[in-house]
Amino acid sequence: MIQDHLDIILIAIVTASACALPGVFLVLRRMTLMSDAISHAILPGIVLAFFLTHNISSPLLILAAAATGVLTVVFVELLQKTKLVKEDAAIGLVFPALFSIGVILISRFASNVHLDTDAVLLGELAYARFNRLEIFGYDIGPISFSVMGGMLLLNLAFILIFYKELKLATFDASLAATLGFAPTLIHYGLMTLVSMTTVGAFDAVGSILVVALIAGPPATAYLMTDSLARMLILSVIIGCVNAVSGYLLAYPFGVSIAGTIATVTFLVFGLIFLIVPNRGLIAIARRHIRQKWEFAQTMLVIHLFNHEGLPEAHEESEIAHLHEHLQWEPTFATRVVKQALNNRYVSQEATQLMLTDRGRSIAQRALVQ
Amino acid sequence: MQVPDAKAIEVTDLTVAYRETPVLWDIDLDVPPGVLLAIVGPNGAGKTTLIKAILGLVRPAAGNVLIYNKPYDAQRRIVGYVPQRGSVDWDFPTNVLDVVMMGRYGALGWIKRPGKQDRELAMQALEKVGMEKYTNRQISQLSGGQQQRVFLARALVQDATVYLMDEPFQGVDATTERAIVTLLQELRENGKTVVVVHHDLQTVTDYFDWVTFLNIRRIASGPVDDTFTPENLRETYGGRIAFMKNR
Repeated sequence: MIQDHLDIILIAIVTASACALPGVFLVLRRMTLMSDAISHAILPGIVLAFFLTHNISSPLLILAAAATGVLTVVFVELLQKTKLVKEDAAIGLVFPALFSIGVILISRFASNVHLDTDAVLLGELAYARFNRLEIFGYDIGPISFSVMGGMLLLNLAFILIFYKELKLATFDASLAATLGFAPTLIHYGLMTLVSMTTVGAFDAVGSILVVALIAGPPATAYLMTDSLARMLILSVIIGCVNAVSGYLLAYPFGVSIAGTIATVTFLVFGLIFLIVPNRGLIAIARRHIRQKWEFAQTMLVIHLFNHEGLPEAHEESEIAHLHEHLQWEPTFATRVVKQALNNRYVSQEATQLMLTDRGRSIAQRALVQ
Repeated sequence: MQVPDAKAIEVTDLTVAYRETPVLWDIDLDVPPGVLLAIVGPNGAGKTTLIKAILGLVRPAAGNVLIYNKPYDAQRRIVGYVPQRGSVDWDFPTNVLDVVMMGRYGALGWIKRPGKQDRELAMQALEKVGMEKYTNRQISQLSGGQQQRVFLARALVQDATVYLMDEPFQGVDATTERAIVTLLQELRENGKTVVVVHHDLQTVTDYFDWVTFLNIRRIASGPVDDTFTPENLRETYGGRIAFMKNR
């Protein structure tokens, strides 16, 4: 029983890591939609390779899928180059066309074998461990684990070796081209890996939810760091946390593991989106509130400053009448006065507000800007 | 072919077209070494396309480009490029030093990582553009002028002989503009050739010593003193030019 859980968790971890790594570059290249297209469009490649091998776990399936994935990218870019179709429309045209060819092939020729559309669309992590790899009669674990472990190593090696080239081609493709780094080659290398990773992940999570593994963790990590290297590491960690906690949540309730992982992915993104320092929603809201009160205090000192020493100063600095002059809600005005007093921008003398030196310099600075 | 004194850039009969619409018609352009040249012309004149064609980024329909008598592919190490600031995503997760180091990638070649020496060169370049205090600054937090300085520093670490710059003055403050001009003139004094796509006709005579008028065709090209004339301006901009600065 423990072994079963461990198998599934290990598959989840290697799958999530293998998907998150190329996902970082897709997110930075604004190409996550392309990974969705690829994950669907590779279906005819898988089906055709299955007809040739009659083996659902043949490595040929991965190669055929990779080829179809790259073909998807080529078709989309060709359509786009005509300038008659925009990128999103091109993606929307190409992948359903290829995917439907796969669906038709399955329904016509393969309806009686284990290659049903449900498995392709959703996958099933719990069953992935039943297909096991044996070498010389020894069980060395589930096939999924070896396949995704292999993909993880391949992706890791590609990124480690071509880190500099990937970074440059993603940030500034024209500079990469002028320096002789063949950004198109790098682009297609990346797309080949994305296609291979996607089909490898089919067994575990299926073609729809694999996008959650590819796009979710990098999009979350993007909010948390300013460094590409850290974004890669964080993406892998977040992907693993999402996958493992998704499984542990799904198991006691007996619900879809892949569905729970994708839901957790979204929830974790939402949480980070809210709480991350400096650019999270909460941080932004707090900054807005603080700026609102600071601005109100600045308005107050400027008001006092403008009338300082003039005949009407006495009337204009009367605390009880401030809200009328400034057209503020009385409660708002009271609060701003209290803050300004606390900050020693103003001092109270009887019923009058007087500027302090500090308040005067703030007004002067604000007016100069 | 014997050429007594090599031209830094030699463009012959260059035509670039998007489908059958010409963007550049049969351009001939010789840029002598050691000049600071402004390419001017109205919007859509093909200024950026000309730079990109020189760099091999767009494929010409006809014609040829030579850098010091050789095709670009053989000379990429001596050519530095400053693209338009808006051509990249400044939200990319990286810092100032890292972007400047990208200028060293060409010298490093494939796979090899930048080392301590590259870091030092990048620091020196940042000092030259007055950005040494921003080494670790995330690039999304830079102002437009600072972004432009970072791009210039990135080109400086390439230690090129020929520089091609696409609107380096676009949207920068007056201080940055002055700093950039000083830098460009310094490059020229060190024997570099600098070609700049430029928009502000008012400053051509102050900043540059050569000028090329471009509007799909090459209208004129030569030293500012004889070439920056009302006739050439009128021919390039048509009736749309509202001023003429007398020297």
